[in-house]
Amino acid sequence: MTTAAIFFYLFASLAIGFSLVTVLKKNPAVSAFSLVMVFFCFAAIYAILGAHLISALQIVVYAGAIMVLFIFVIMLLNADAPSFDFGRSHIALRVASIVLCAGLFGSFVWVFKNTALSPTLGTFTPDQVQSLGGNTKVLSTLLYTEYLYPFEITSALILAGIVGAVAIAKRGKSAKSPYSQGEA
Amino acid sequence: MNAGISMTSGIVVEPWILLSFCAAIFFIGLMGVLIRRNILIIIMSIELMLNAVNLTFVSLSGPLQDMGGQMAVFFIIVVAGVGSAVGLGLVIAMFRTLRSVDTDDIQVLKG
Repeated sequence: MTTAAIFFYLFASLAIGFSLVTVLKKNPAVSAFSLVMVFFCFAAIYAILGAHLISALQIVVYAGAIMVLFIFVIMLLNADAPSFDFGRSHIALRVASIVLCAGLFGSFVWVFKNTALSPTLGTFTPDQVQSLGGNTKVLSTLLYTEYLYPFEITSALILAGIVGAVAIAKRGKSAKSPYSQGEA
Repeated sequence: MNAGISMTSGIVVEPWILLSFCAAIFFIGLMGVLIRRNILIIIMSIELMLNAVNLTFVSLSGPLQDMGGQMAVFFIIVVAGVGSAVGLGLVIAMFRTLRSVDTDDIQVLKG
């Protein structure tokens, strides 16, 4: 087993543990910080797999921007009331969903283990990527040549997202003043 | 492929182990969406599922020697960021209306 494989297993087990904490903990703040740890573990796994640009983007965008948004909303709402009361009304739903997820996971693992892939390989062999200047340079070149139109459409999507988020989070017409009930 | 270049080759562990790890994270996220009632944790679980799919793309982009997978991850990260921004705006609007983040409290279709 190579050093990279050992580090992969380390970060994979950490990611599974922290994602279980994210899903099962009562306090949303604990879940948010566990999710940050999951994102860092994923960034490490991307780096182990050689996807250096994606690894940097994972840290900057997910662990930086999106998690700040989550923690900001948690602090804004102060909504740390527990919502995971075992054994009251939805116990059948909980058992059914856990059984469903475990069964689907088992079948996925069986398929991954027993299916032989015979793929058509692309042109980006590791040596080719190295000679073209590394992962980041290859991805950047592709982004501004082959994927230029999706990249430009992405900017329109971000603009629509900004306008939509402001329009949704803005106070509705029923309130007298936009800032009348400032305690939210 | 010897061990010396395995840091950049993309074949670090067997592909089925990588894909099984991605499936484990994905189904943990799906379990969170199904069993939790706090809307914030549901959105966090959706982010977890998106990350699992991203890792699936990257882990197959190495053995298939195709950069399209990593480009797809780039665009998924952008779309996920926009999605969580709009989703958290919806959470704020819901909390303002209902004074709760419990999804069981969403019982009226009228605004």
